[in-house]
Amino acid sequence: MSVETVEAGGRANGPANAGSGDGATVLRVSDLSVRFAGQPVDTIDGVSFTLSAGRTLCLVGESGCGKSVTSLATMRLLPEKAARITSGEARFEDRDMLRLSRREIERVRGDRMAMIFQEPMTSLNPVFKVGDQVAEAVARHRKVGRREARERALEMFRRVQIPAPERRLDDYPHQLSGGMRQRVMIAMALANDPKLLIADEPTTALDVTIQAQILRLMRTLQDESGAAMLLITHDLGVVADIADEVAVMYAGRIVESGPVETIFNDPQHPYTIGLMSSMPTLGAPKGRLATIPGSVPSPFEFPPGCRFATRCPFAQTRCFSEVPPFERNDDGHGWACWRTPIETIAEAGGHA
Amino acid sequence: MLRYIAKRFAVAIPTLVIVSIFVFSLQKMMPGDPAVIMAGEQRDPQVIAYLREKYHLNDPVPEQYAFWAGRAVRGDLGQSLRSDVPVLDLIGDKLPVTIQLAVMAMIIAFAIGIPAGIVSAVKKGTITDYVANFVALSGLSIPNFWLGIMLILLVSVHLGWLPASGYVPLTEAPLRSIETMLMPAFVLGTALAATLMRHTRSAMLGVLQADYVRTARAKGLGERVVILKHTFRNAVLPIVTLSALLFGELLAGAVLTEQIFTIPGFGKLIVDAVFNRDYPVVQGVVLCTAIGFILMNFFADILYVVLNPRMRESL
Repeated sequence: MSVETVEAGGRANGPANAGSGDGATVLRVSDLSVRFAGQPVDTIDGVSFTLSAGRTLCLVGESGCGKSVTSLATMRLLPEKAARITSGEARFEDRDMLRLSRREIERVRGDRMAMIFQEPMTSLNPVFKVGDQVAEAVARHRKVGRREARERALEMFRRVQIPAPERRLDDYPHQLSGGMRQRVMIAMALANDPKLLIADEPTTALDVTIQAQILRLMRTLQDESGAAMLLITHDLGVVADIADEVAVMYAGRIVESGPVETIFNDPQHPYTIGLMSSMPTLGAPKGRLATIPGSVPSPFEFPPGCRFATRCPFAQTRCFSEVPPFERNDDGHGWACWRTPIETIAEAGGHA
Repeated sequence: MLRYIAKRFAVAIPTLVIVSIFVFSLQKMMPGDPAVIMAGEQRDPQVIAYLREKYHLNDPVPEQYAFWAGRAVRGDLGQSLRSDVPVLDLIGDKLPVTIQLAVMAMIIAFAIGIPAGIVSAVKKGTITDYVANFVALSGLSIPNFWLGIMLILLVSVHLGWLPASGYVPLTEAPLRSIETMLMPAFVLGTALAATLMRHTRSAMLGVLQADYVRTARAKGLGERVVILKHTFRNAVLPIVTLSALLFGELLAGAVLTEQIFTIPGFGKLIVDAVFNRDYPVVQGVVLCTAIGFILMNFFADILYVVLNPRMRESL
């Protein structure tokens, strides 16, 4: 397999955009690094990806790999003292979100860029009516009166298919089920027709049946609005369902990215391969990894080279000392590994 | 809601009965025979016997309690042994003074403690936070009587801004009344402000971590709205309960502060009564304070439900 080096040298992680989106670029994150207070290295290290209008990019990885931190950094919702953005850019509508003033960022948040969180049970304020909480988001960004804001909230409740929406407006969060609360969160996020929707594990806390409903709803609403969606998940089933493109994250770096079919059918990075074969529905291709031994190292234990090297069955000396470059081919499929293609090694009899 | 109020009220009644038993037994626990005290200097055995009869002191204790409680329910708390004035009249005289002092002290405590708590939570770990905490700790550590004396020295003696003592009823000259109460209310209020500040701070710190605060920020709301609306509105719940307790304590009278500023409130009344073994007055004041406490808790319970929609479900 021939690999064309798109970004030779530079940082480890190249853009994750598959380049297949017909829509205009909505968000371009490049070289984003975040360091937590008291940690020796950037936990998020050189993350780059691009999102186009109407497309869905799934950010995939184990818990603690930095998916949420990446999205929160883009929204500038990280606590500034505890988590410092050390480098990078997040271009959204021709402005770098990472360099906007607090006032400017507040104008973008909840308007053109909105977010849905993992925990519908705790993400709504328990002492305010849900209708008011949605209306508040409308009133914040549009010059409308209370009535119009409430009208808009009602309209959104209908769009997210909340039954008896007029009555639900005056409910408090505790009176709603988890699925309903997540619908309220979606209504709130989409109330101002954002160009970009970030969804951080929006279905993880829900029952399986409700998960499918919510995903379908998000998909429909996205089709209607043409918004770009950044979906963070560790659930490969969700990815297969909803993604156009996939970026696989491991220990704060993007290790592989590309169109969803390519990632599922032809994964290149040993971590992605491991991830795919640990997914029971797809089944592990014979002769490959069934599980990934060990767990994600702490930032104190990151090797100077590839961060997956400590768990990688194919790792060589070089993997531990040198960061593999992120290379991308013409199909928009890219990865960062010294050892690919793995097949040849496996066929040649394991570790070379 | 009405059912809830009725329920809270029903719960208050046994508490009141227990308190009344305790108050009644004060008389039994206090050293000395009440009849002997009432008989005065001569201690005429006949007079003592007569008094024992009159006040049912020879009856079994439960009967004595029933007699006392029966009268108390009808608003008859007996006569002061010293002045022969009905206890209820004495309380009626002093209670408005104490309430005025308590309300003014609470206003000062809220005005200082809550903003300080919010600011130090939001600015946690900064110099502002440390200064606020230092001041609060000082407020808790400085004895009221010392602060009172220093204030009199500074504000009254030195600057001559406020009267050092004296009391004018609110109904007579409202402005002047507030003026005379300002310093004692400040002394009491600052001590409570420190407590309120510490509790507000920790409640705010807890709520600031909540997911819904992040949601509020994600909506694009400004920090002011995020803090004062979305965070404080949740952090206020434990503060309501605390405030009721603090106010109840104020109703019990602030003995030292009242002494220093010569304010004729509950504190002074009960101290005088204790020294004079004037136990009908002691009983009356303690009972009244206890009722005040129970009422404050009752109101706090109701306010808590009003402020917390999650509680309304269970009504």
